Amino acid sequence: MSMPFYVSPEQVMADKAEYARKGIGRGKSSITLEFDGGIAVMAENQSTLSKIGEIYDRIAFAGVGKFSEFDQLRKIGVRYADMRGYQYSRDDVRGRALANAYSQAIGDVFTRELKPLEVEVIVAEVGDPELVGHEQSEIYRVLFDGSISDHRGFCVIGGSEEELTGYLQTNYQTDLPLGEALRLGRTALQRAAEGQTAVPPENLEVCLLEKARVGRKFRRLSTDELREHLGA
Amino acid sequence: MEIPGFGTYRGASFSELLQVDHPQLTIDWSRLGNVESLGVPHGTTVLAFQYSDGVLVAGDRLATEGHRVASRDIQKVYATDDHSMIAIAGAAGPAIEMARIMRVELEHYEKIEGQALELDGKANKLAQMIRANLPAAMQGLVVVPLFAGYDLRRKQGRIWKFDVTGGRYEEADFEATGSGGLYARESLKKSHRSSVSREEALDIAVSALTDAADEDRATGGIDMQRGIFPTVICCSEPGIEQAGEDELRRVYEAVLARRSSGGSSS
Repeated sequence: MSMPFYVSPEQVMADKAEYARKGIGRGKSSITLEFDGGIAVMAENQSTLSKIGEIYDRIAFAGVGKFSEFDQLRKIGVRYADMRGYQYSRDDVRGRALANAYSQAIGDVFTRELKPLEVEVIVAEVGDPELVGHEQSEIYRVLFDGSISDHRGFCVIGGSEEELTGYLQTNYQTDLPLGEALRLGRTALQRAAEGQTAVPPENLEVCLLEKARVGRKFRRLSTDELREHLGA
Repeated sequence: MEIPGFGTYRGASFSELLQVDHPQLTIDWSRLGNVESLGVPHGTTVLAFQYSDGVLVAGDRLATEGHRVASRDIQKVYATDDHSMIAIAGAAGPAIEMARIMRVELEHYEKIEGQALELDGKANKLAQMIRANLPAAMQGLVVVPLFAGYDLRRKQGRIWKFDVTGGRYEEADFEATGSGGLYARESLKKSHRSSVSREEALDIAVSALTDAADEDRATGGIDMQRGIFPTVICCSEPGIEQAGEDELRRVYEAVLARRSSGGSSS
């Protein structure tokens, strides 16, 4: 009887992590940042396949990596949120609970399956001044191995994440007006696009969670609206 | 790849998601006896008609339990999204639940698919939900709503009525249903024209509900004493808009003044 080769658990995990990181690193970055009227989610995206989506009234989703995998996570999030809202109330649907559920599921796949999910996702929830305990906006990031972190102000996932985070750390300010926040986001994304001087508005996917809207606060900006806000 | 812990349903329909992954939240009506004998509240009169900008849907506020008043101010007309609404008649509990699921259904589809359903698709989906309710209807809980909305593609208002088996019938001009529906329809037949303005449309709606309340004891008229007014929602290209109480009070007073000064049915 032949013995299978022994591979240490550390080595298995390290290999899986490297595989996932490589897959995610090949793609482009996505930036989520708070501005004075809510949260803006931006991604460089030339295709019509969305990387950003609406989950619920105050919650948005962004994913990077393998499209089929993060889009499946997006749909799961919509089902989870609509089910919660139906069973309890619209105010009971919370970003943190969803981010935790993602963390569990993605972590489960990472440990059990041969192939980890090659994704990183953002769950962003805009604050509501009338909802006690939820006045502040929240941004959660879940990595390919299920590790979860929360962020204030801004968060970058995918691609050249470290470089962009560094850039935003020195340039980001709280309570920026929308136009300035979008210009900052675009400048940051441009740093990631090698050899490209400017990312044209038609190659940007931008969605907002606007505090001022009633009910569903998610809105996708058209290229024309985006051009207007960027002043380009 | 299967992502653990999130159920098995993969489609874009919320009502199917409920049945497949959360059957504990639905009821198997076929196992129950006649539920009507329990005395559940019933909604009474709702109506819908075309006017120049789109479509108007209205309903009184009374719910009855046999000969008794169950509630004086229930809501029977619900917006299901920015351009469609549902008006319920029949057993109030399942009808309101159906309106609620319909609302989640439309939003759910839009989020999953990244695109809203066409108005035709929405009416079709509602017909399937009514058909799925057939076992409950057989137990006495009949739900037959009206569905209306503004079709952004055809640039016109549209109205559908349904039967308990999920039959779906589009109405060109007007429709009314519920216990006072017959009287409301008679009233609309005489007063309705599709070319009327919003202002005239409100008058026609209030007149029809007043006529229905006059002839059908289960239909609630306008209750000036308690300040309870019907729900009247207009839907046109910019979206839906509910008529305010002050406006309805003014319209109702005009209708009353016309009638008491010897005017005829309208």
